[in-house]
Amino acid sequence: MTKVFGSFVANNHIDLVIEPGEIHALLGENGAGKSTMMNVLYGLYDADGGEILIDDKPVRFDGPGDAVAAGIGMVHQHFMLVPVFTVAESVALGYEPTKGPGLLDLAEARAKVREISSRFGFDIDPDALIEDLPVGAQQRVEIIKALSRDAEILILDEPTAVLTPQETDELISIMRQLKEQGTSIVFITHKLREVRAIADSITVIRRGKIVGEASPESTEADLASQMVGRAVSLTTEKEPASPGEATFRVQNLTVVDKSDNVVVDDVSFEVSRGEILAVAGVQGNGQTELAETIIGLTEPRLGSITLDGTELAGRSVKSRLGSGIGFVPEDRSTDGIIAEFAIRENMILDVYDRQPYAKGLNLKSNVITEAARTKVEEFDIRLGSVFDPISTLSGGNQQKVVLSRELGRKLQLFIASQPTRGLDVGSIEFVHKRIVAERDAGTPCIIVSTELDEVYGLADRIAVMYSGRIVGIVGPDTSREALGLMMAGVPADEALAATSGSAASGSGTPSTHENSAPTSAEENE
Amino acid sequence: MTTDISPAAPSPAPPPTAEARPGQEQSTLQQILSGSWLVSLLAIVLALLLGGVLIAVSNAAVIAAAANIGSAPGVFFSTLFSTVGEAYSALFRGAVFDWNARTTERAIRPLTESLVSGTPLILAGLGIALAFRSGLFNIGGQGQVILGATVAGFLGYALELPAGVHMLLAALGGLIGGAIWAGIAGVLKAKTGANEVIVTIMLNSIAGYLLGYLLKQNWFTHTSSANPQSRVIDESAEMFLLLPPPFRLHFGFIIAVLATIFVWWLLERSTIGFEFKAVGANPHAAKTAGISVSKVTILVMLIAGALAGLGGAAQVLGTEGKLTGGISGSIGFDAITVALLGRSKPLGTFFAGLLFGAFKAGGYLMQSQTGTPIDIVLVVQSVIVLLIAAPPLVRSIFRLPTPVLKRKES
Repeated sequence: MTKVFGSFVANNHIDLVIEPGEIHALLGENGAGKSTMMNVLYGLYDADGGEILIDDKPVRFDGPGDAVAAGIGMVHQHFMLVPVFTVAESVALGYEPTKGPGLLDLAEARAKVREISSRFGFDIDPDALIEDLPVGAQQRVEIIKALSRDAEILILDEPTAVLTPQETDELISIMRQLKEQGTSIVFITHKLREVRAIADSITVIRRGKIVGEASPESTEADLASQMVGRAVSLTTEKEPASPGEATFRVQNLTVVDKSDNVVVDDVSFEVSRGEILAVAGVQGNGQTELAETIIGLTEPRLGSITLDGTELAGRSVKSRLGSGIGFVPEDRSTDGIIAEFAIRENMILDVYDRQPYAKGLNLKSNVITEAARTKVEEFDIRLGSVFDPISTLSGGNQQKVVLSRELGRKLQLFIASQPTRGLDVGSIEFVHKRIVAERDAGTPCIIVSTELDEVYGLADRIAVMYSGRIVGIVGPDTSREALGLMMAGVPADEALAATSGSAASGSGTPSTHENSAPTSAEENE
Repeated sequence: MTTDISPAAPSPAPPPTAEARPGQEQSTLQQILSGSWLVSLLAIVLALLLGGVLIAVSNAAVIAAAANIGSAPGVFFSTLFSTVGEAYSALFRGAVFDWNARTTERAIRPLTESLVSGTPLILAGLGIALAFRSGLFNIGGQGQVILGATVAGFLGYALELPAGVHMLLAALGGLIGGAIWAGIAGVLKAKTGANEVIVTIMLNSIAGYLLGYLLKQNWFTHTSSANPQSRVIDESAEMFLLLPPPFRLHFGFIIAVLATIFVWWLLERSTIGFEFKAVGANPHAAKTAGISVSKVTILVMLIAGALAGLGGAAQVLGTEGKLTGGISGSIGFDAITVALLGRSKPLGTFFAGLLFGAFKAGGYLMQSQTGTPIDIVLVVQSVIVLLIAAPPLVRSIFRLPTPVLKRKES
């Protein structure tokens, strides 16, 4: 079985061969062209050159329907599911089985879900609503959907981005099962650990070109340097924290969403000057709402937020920004930048009416341009002109623009949600350095992250959130297994007790992280 | 969503970006506004060509010649071209320069008439454009023009003040009238989330019937006549003429020019405009950056309504001289077209307003001299809007390339 492409805009003469029953990892930075390539394969894009061969026969896909018919299934990074559909309906969507004209045969879809679920030991009820399922289960629905159409080649686009470490382990075992049954899997990722755990062969893509094959035995550092094209440090170099007085306090904070569900549940913590508190947890456990409440996008139902002794609750976003909070939102493209605006305008998005950028109602265009050029230098942002729309930049450079804006003024508190989401290894290194520098300048920092590597790399203390509550605040030397258990809701002391024995035997997650982050003096709570 | 943007190094063809993904309504608006000047120009050309076809079809001589096209094809084509040519030359002579006129005054009068017709269109168009740029579909130009005209006209004959002061005060009244009318929609949108499209459309009807009611009340019209129209405004309230009669070009045009400059400053050079544009382009990011979306919504509608209200004031104080039920004509609706054609840019709106003013002024001469129905002008205007709302259509007709940066991932 051979598939060949050539000269697609984002893919420059890429040749890729997938053998039957192998797990082929496609490794590359964000923007390297992995997803583009897979979208061509799945019929979402037209290739501008080259061809796709299945079992040595050339095929042509005019849309995903053709690709599905040819035995290719895809699980997108963001699931393509309708929340109000049941599992059976979701699986049936797109190839609706019928009995008689216009009548949907859901019984067949249900039977299919049950059959595939039992084959792989999934525990999925065909009549459950998608919106009621946890993320890991939704992903399984996507996999069932692909398999129900007899997919021989399954493409998984960044499948672990939304999973806990435990769920990731489960997914990896599912992938092994699929492989044993003869399904080929293309596994797109930028996470080195997973690649080494599961892949049979690895293709590394950089800037739309294949830069090499790698074996699963390569070290993470080797893979990373191949991906980025230069040696990178995977761990963040930093000095031990020397926390000063605790200037930022959150007490008994409770936040409810629009439908009155409690999303942040009686949360209390404090952050000191010169300290990074990482908030870890699986996506959707209240971290987003916590950050948004601190900056003022959401008002808490109960509790207080104080910075330097001043109560923030009830004040506008503008006044909180004015009191020295720097905020990097989680969803960069929606909340962090305005795509149509010029780069220089995005650099003043929340300070446009302050000195020196404005005088009265007049914007000082020259000052803005000059300041933008200085920041471009300082943050090493690669761009054509500061007058170009920010949408012309890569994700990493866009994030640097956001950081240059938020870190470019004197701060009393820095909050960053998923500061490196979607960034490549090189940019991550840079972002982490800047955050540590901000800590060293004495600013209390809160980093919300779902990436454990990032949490370990930055944190002086780690707060783990589960279902709106802080399960515990622990030191950075806590084991991955213990954090994983806490992220699933196990209280800190139980998690630590449960993993203290197994950590020595080396079971559990595939590799232990070589963590250079020094242990802080914090007691494990 | 993975964005497939190649690394910062210059690449020959930037791949599609899938960044900002605001509401469908918003992205359609962005798409319409991001079209190029070339597309606007080509849309006008295409619309005029189509108008030519309609002129030919509606002309008896051309139809007669078409019947004999087999025996005398030459006659058909010469009739066709002369008919369409005459109609459009009459349109041009009525709108810009009449080379058939006996005096120089009469020869250049059409141009000033175009400016007169264009004045309220520019003012109301600026109001629509400002709202568009801020992400608001202000369809209420008509109601705001009516309110502006109603208040300005009433103050124009109800007060007794020295010349100049009277006019300025009446115009200010028109400005406030329009601002309040649009402000209702702004407040409702900001406080309750009511859709501004629906609210402004409804306010158009209310404004029309309100004026109709007032024109039947003698205390309002200051006349004892049963006709639904008001007394003529005092001379002290008239917008003074910029040129001696027979020219009708009045001070309102100066207001339109100043308003254009003001809106340009507001959008391009002021912190308020920065907020407006930020909310228009991405309300989520604007909110995160500490900009109050509801404050901006109210302020945008107030200013947009003020501009449209000034348009109404210019119409009653400068051109008509009294209030009638049809004082606003279709200014408020044409203004939407004007803003779209001008890409919601202040200068673009200014020129689009002049073009539509010229169509209006030229249409009368075209009808009176060549018998071509003035409705052709309406068709041409409508086709322009249609084409502008669908830039890909114009691009495919003229085989223009798709702007690279605008390409969106599906």
